[in-house]
Amino acid sequence: MTGSRDASLASTPASKARKSPTSIRLPLDADTVRELRSGDSVLLSGPLVTGRDAAHARFAAAIDAGEDLPFDPAGETLYFVGPTPARPGHPIGAAGPTTASRMDAWSPLLVERGLRGMIGKGRRSDAVQDAMREHGCVYFGAIEGTAALLSQCVTSSEVIAYADLGAEAVHRLEVRDFPALVVNDLHGGDLYRDGPARWRRAPR
Amino acid sequence: MLDAYPLARSGMRPRRVCGKPCGVREIPVDEVADTVRRLCVEANHELRGDHVDALRRAREREESPIGQEVLDRLLANAEVSARERIAFCQDTGYAVCFLEIGQDVHFTGGSLAAALDRGVAEGYREGYLRASLVRSPVDRTNTGDNTPAMVHYDLVEGSGVRLTLLVKGAGCDNMSALRMLTPAAGVEGMKRFVVETIEAAGPSASPPVTVGIGMGGTFDRAAVLAKKALTREPTGSPSPVPELAELEAELVDAIDATGIGPAGFGGTVTTVAVHVEAYPTHIAAFPVAVNLDCHSHRVRTVTL
Repeated sequence: MTGSRDASLASTPASKARKSPTSIRLPLDADTVRELRSGDSVLLSGPLVTGRDAAHARFAAAIDAGEDLPFDPAGETLYFVGPTPARPGHPIGAAGPTTASRMDAWSPLLVERGLRGMIGKGRRSDAVQDAMREHGCVYFGAIEGTAALLSQCVTSSEVIAYADLGAEAVHRLEVRDFPALVVNDLHGGDLYRDGPARWRRAPR
Repeated sequence: MLDAYPLARSGMRPRRVCGKPCGVREIPVDEVADTVRRLCVEANHELRGDHVDALRRAREREESPIGQEVLDRLLANAEVSARERIAFCQDTGYAVCFLEIGQDVHFTGGSLAAALDRGVAEGYREGYLRASLVRSPVDRTNTGDNTPAMVHYDLVEGSGVRLTLLVKGAGCDNMSALRMLTPAAGVEGMKRFVVETIEAAGPSASPPVTVGIGMGGTFDRAAVLAKKALTREPTGSPSPVPELAELEAELVDAIDATGIGPAGFGGTVTTVAVHVEAYPTHIAAFPVAVNLDCHSHRVRTVTL
């Protein structure tokens, strides 16, 4: 992992200097996951799996019925996204993150099975955060509302399960330099808690 | 039977439909459908200029480096989406239509409601926009074309039609709230409720948000007012009612004070605009609805 201080931001008053983003290869390995810290800026490259509400309901049903999941969660990074349709000649349409808390009820099932990363937006429940720390999974926040930019980081996309769900189908994506921030690390950091706490003030 | 509308049928204007000139204006529903189609594409591909300006102002007053980075990316995203003709947010949302219809308007050529849906279906197909609606909360089968449109009709004087399309993402709509306050809770209670709603939403509403507040009326009227408040143009323009404009400024400060910041990563800007609309209500009531809109603000208004 590499990273250097950005001089222009380091000189901003009353600010924590921003490190330049760290490039990370997917799939994530356990050492990399352990080194990540809440607030780190990363650029992810490699394979991702997508899934959101309807797919997670099916993951849970499959686990309940003792069936195999459509992918082995061990070592994978799951992106909560339902893209717009791709224009001809493009691998994917707009592809920003959706609210991760809607997957909270199901995420521990995948984290217990070795899932190493999740990408979404918004806070995770205590139960999910506990499971992540216990099993070694990190939660990245992508910036919602940058769906056009993020789509440019996707180099290929194919449906691997539940094609009938359309935008909610499970896809295998290849991404290059996909930007995200570490929200929940393995050491108790939570950017959605710590970031606002740093900037909170009394109303004028 | 006496044909009361011979000239209207002939398509001539002006026409007499009641024995004296009434100025009834005919608008083919196909024109409505085509307008909705065009607006769906435009609203999803091009962030409105005044909202880009609001984000630029947010960037200027944001002090957190992460917050600055988020705002820079949002502005870059708006450029890429317009250039590449791609939605700037993948949640291309509900298509909410507000129609203010002059009472002298006569829609011709079929059903107005069907034309609105046709416009949405065609726009979403043409613009490569995501179909995000399911048949009901219980039967969650996708309707396939993002219909039905969520339509609010208002009958007004005149012979014009004002059509506003609001493309509303679910992430922020889900974090909206309504409370029936008491008159005793007053404006202070209302402000507390607004800030509580923002705190509970946190990053999930995709800040910096536009906040639409509907006060007064009934339970249902407050909710519609809040949604309509989001469509005020330009973003961040103050209410023409001085006490509401003052309240809006106080709420911007109270919301920014939460520190939630752009994307919820912490910062000095959590809202780009608070729009408050008020309506007469009951002596026993103080309804307040808070409708949040993410930074991907998609609103277009036209006059037909």
